[in-house]
Amino acid sequence: MARQLKWQLGTVVEIRQETPRAKSLILDLPGWTPHLAGQHVDVRLTAEDGYQAQRSYSIASPPEDKYLMLTVERIEGGEVSPYLVDELRVGDQVELRGPIGGYFVWDARDEQDGGSPLFLAAGGSGMAPLMAMLRHRANSGATVPTRLLYSSRSHEEIIYREELDRLSADDPSLRVIHTLTRRRPPDWAGYGRRIDLAMLADTAWKPAEKPLAFACGPTALVEAVADYLLELGYEPERIKTERFGPTGG
Amino acid sequence: MAEKIISRGFKGRARETDRALRERVPPGQYETKEFPVLSAGPTPRTPLGRWDFSIYGEVAEDLKWTWDEFLKLPRETFKTDIHCVTKWSKLDTVWTGVSVDTLLAGVDLDAQPEVRHLVAFCDGGYTTNLPLADVRNGKAWVVYEYDGRPLAPEHGGPARLLVPHLYFWKSAKWVRGLKLVREDRPGFWETAGYHNYGDPWKEQRYAGD
Repeated sequence: MARQLKWQLGTVVEIRQETPRAKSLILDLPGWTPHLAGQHVDVRLTAEDGYQAQRSYSIASPPEDKYLMLTVERIEGGEVSPYLVDELRVGDQVELRGPIGGYFVWDARDEQDGGSPLFLAAGGSGMAPLMAMLRHRANSGATVPTRLLYSSRSHEEIIYREELDRLSADDPSLRVIHTLTRRRPPDWAGYGRRIDLAMLADTAWKPAEKPLAFACGPTALVEAVADYLLELGYEPERIKTERFGPTGG
Repeated sequence: MAEKIISRGFKGRARETDRALRERVPPGQYETKEFPVLSAGPTPRTPLGRWDFSIYGEVAEDLKWTWDEFLKLPRETFKTDIHCVTKWSKLDTVWTGVSVDTLLAGVDLDAQPEVRHLVAFCDGGYTTNLPLADVRNGKAWVVYEYDGRPLAPEHGGPARLLVPHLYFWKSAKWVRGLKLVREDRPGFWETAGYHNYGDPWKEQRYAGD
């Protein structure tokens, strides 16, 4: 029998406003089992009357970091995300357990996957687990050719924007491509529509290069990316998906 | 943790006042009216002309139905609650499909009491394991309609397994066959950190729970 994942207490050491609707919570968790990039945790909140609510959040920090980062997007009318985004303060404690999930993960040291060109497609806060992969990739000095196609509503809603700029500026083997679906700065030269087949044909690795693809975001985006990559000739088992639906979160 | 850690300032949503309704949502779950989609890879789309369903493995003779044959099997329409390990529960979902009892009617299970497990195989390579007892006696179906309409591909159509008393990952999407086996064989999520059995009322989410 496997060892049970115990609930642990994390202390908020920093809160970072990423976008108008998203914050990163940086947590100190003594005795944390190192995770793999792409894994998630369960967060549990308890009200004074004993009522509890649980939700899953992807880990945005790489395994090498001292602290755990969760990036939470505020969902209007949600139960847990408005609390985490609006109420939580530095010094507060949060119960969580993990790391969870052994499929939607990328490990630079993995002999097979570590050498394949990476294609990452993200929508909104679905960027979080892919950010863990990019940070892990940078920390391990991996040079595996990587492209990120990231769909955001507007320029100010791009999560980790400056860090993505910095990572790609420092690394010729990493290319970051943005598309802005609702509002664009006047001088925007990038894509300005939802991810479609033509965009993927332009940005994704060719199937002959044996790429590995990860897609994370709202269901419609993930379904579209997976369908189009199949159409472009990707092997189904080389497309890993994770959904971030606003489902009462 | 024996002592409850109160989350300062957390109130949570309005508590369900209907006790009967409240008691239908397992611990750690919340009710949603939506129907979220979760899967680990692309949605497979097998043309119905090439679709079939098999019962195989530890059986005297494999059983196989084409799509047309499958639709002619006795169907049941029923209402049930479903519980996803990602914390959402959906109450009073309406499904139509074939009871697994009907599919297993041609197998002499009493003659082979040592065969106690099965693995569901699916398009796209997904697998999940179940004790045979958990799909017998009106506990499981292979469904092809949701809410009176053909089951959408992203929800597992043309047909998915439905085992509502276990977490929803056991209700394998795009199911194409049940393989009867003697030894339990953990499936896709069961080998990726999730619980082998998955009883939502015991909160068996992850290995070790």
